[in-house]
Amino acid sequence: MKNRVLYTIDKRELDKLIGILVRDGFKVVGPTIRDGAITYEEIESTRQLPVGWTDEQEAGKYRLKRRDDDNLFGYVVGPHSLKKFLFPPKQRLFGIKKSGEDGFVFEARQPEPPRYAFLGVRACDLAAVDVQDRVFKQAMSDPYYAKARNEAIFIAVNCPEPGGTCFCASMGTGPRCSTGFDIALTELKTTFTAEVGSTRGQELIEALEHETTDANTSHLVDLMMDIASEHMGRSLDTNDLPSILLENLQHHHWSDVAKRCMSCANCTFACPTCFCSNIEDQTDLTGEHAERWRTWGSCFTLEFSYHTGGYSRSSPAARYRQWLTHKLASWHEQFGVSGCVGCGRCITWCPVGIDITKEATVIADDYRQSRSRQESASLEEVGS
Amino acid sequence: MVKDTKPKLAVYKFSSCDGCQLSILDLEDELLALTGAVEIAFFLEARRKVQPGPYDIGLVEGSISTPEEAERIVQVRKECKYLVTIGACATSGGIQALKNWADVEEYKRIVYASPKYIQTLDTASPVAAYVLVDFELRGCPVNKYQLVEVITAFVAGRRPQIPTYPVCLECKREGNVCVMVTDGAPCLGPITQAGCGAICPSFGRSCYACFGPSESSAAEMLCNHCEKTGTDKPTIVRMLRSFNGYLEPFKQVGDEYERQTVKNH
Repeated sequence: MKNRVLYTIDKRELDKLIGILVRDGFKVVGPTIRDGAITYEEIESTRQLPVGWTDEQEAGKYRLKRRDDDNLFGYVVGPHSLKKFLFPPKQRLFGIKKSGEDGFVFEARQPEPPRYAFLGVRACDLAAVDVQDRVFKQAMSDPYYAKARNEAIFIAVNCPEPGGTCFCASMGTGPRCSTGFDIALTELKTTFTAEVGSTRGQELIEALEHETTDANTSHLVDLMMDIASEHMGRSLDTNDLPSILLENLQHHHWSDVAKRCMSCANCTFACPTCFCSNIEDQTDLTGEHAERWRTWGSCFTLEFSYHTGGYSRSSPAARYRQWLTHKLASWHEQFGVSGCVGCGRCITWCPVGIDITKEATVIADDYRQSRSRQESASLEEVGS
Repeated sequence: MVKDTKPKLAVYKFSSCDGCQLSILDLEDELLALTGAVEIAFFLEARRKVQPGPYDIGLVEGSISTPEEAERIVQVRKECKYLVTIGACATSGGIQALKNWADVEEYKRIVYASPKYIQTLDTASPVAAYVLVDFELRGCPVNKYQLVEVITAFVAGRRPQIPTYPVCLECKREGNVCVMVTDGAPCLGPITQAGCGAICPSFGRSCYACFGPSESSAAEMLCNHCEKTGTDKPTIVRMLRSFNGYLEPFKQVGDEYERQTVKNH
């Protein structure tokens, strides 16, 4: 196990930390209660955190519940992810204006992103940012994303109590933050332990009242995380999963899912790694002015696969298959990593509760069982 | 653009509440640009002066509900190069299409002192049931920005950019929290075409399908789910039969749920 140096800070130091970040010009984004869920919004104080609240999550179901303590981070992830800040849902890319007879001039380009400090984000959120880095910084170059992401500070929180739809342990992304943070906190009764992941994180800890965490507490945190790994609400056997899914493109289960799937695209917007967008050019009535907008798009819409001659994925079954096989299989080939971080958002926020872990498992188990039957049959042949 | 070559716009009213015509007058910020781009040649709700046809673009509000309207729409089609229906009535039959499931003679007897003076068809129908329509703009009422987009596209000679995907996409781009998931509310957003900007879910209410069925509208899947999570069959029928109940697949699924309701009684 990685040898981690932990610091202990009093819970009251968190407001001081927020104050420092605000003073330094950061827009602090953290979990807060809005419209019956815990969403990520701009906050200025720990009073805006869902103190003493937790979330109960199931497929297609989310309810806030009171905790019997006053923990600041006693819940998991909600409907929003960091995607909405780094890759905004609606962005004006540029405007152009007619000038003279034949010319035109470019108007203001994209606005500069704010400097974000993300507080209370989870291991799966950090993993999702790493996945989106491969899309927006490596495969392509998105200046807004790169600037917002590079300047952001990540004050993460480890998850000692996984939620009903969490399966980060299966995807190897959590519940403990292992990379991509400046500070990773673990919430205890009156204190946090803080692991430092960068020099910026170290500087921030130095500015707070802190002491080195004793060995017993450090061990306790390890134990909490080990237990959390074993109490995931969901699990997914990822063994050979990409190849199994790609070998089963004609499996009848895709059509079974399509009997429930409404192609409403909620899974793709809740997903912290889905990165597709529509580009739309708009003109006004005068014909003098045009704008190019980018909005979140989804492979569940018909227009997504529109090309000369029609739609290449006209059936909902084909669209669900595209989404799931991209996420769990072909993403590996394209970006060198799974497109799924195991956050469970697509399960909770599917209005009809379609469960990626269950649907993938039906197909994978079916295939694994028939393969083992074949193997034992051929062994019998050899034996006879 | 030279003034006298501006395309001529006509706006017609059939059986309707005038709300979609009002959306044109509501354009406020865009009204001057509109009159700069097109000649408003026939629009009785806005001006008394009428220029003779033919017209380049005709906007039709309202359903076809009377014998007189069934004849007039044919004439309207003849005098317009492009015919665009605006709003739920003209595109689906609208709220008055509820009479399509009722006994119209009985209604006439109950409502009117002298039913013999009432000339009405047995059904209220979308314009497209009578004549060829070039473009159908959904909504009860239409969204004024979509209306401007349709006219702009016509003036510029391009295709209107009117999405046909579900409200959920607009709703989640707004950052809304799903009311189905947090409240178990029966929301029609997943099966309804976008365009309103997800107004109702933005205020914590379910979607009422003012914009009618979306592309590959999964009405059956949604209703099955709502039934499983506690919405009774008569409520499901009423949910589907509102502004756009006569459009498929709302009609078929609503009829099926009604059959099951009747069977259970």
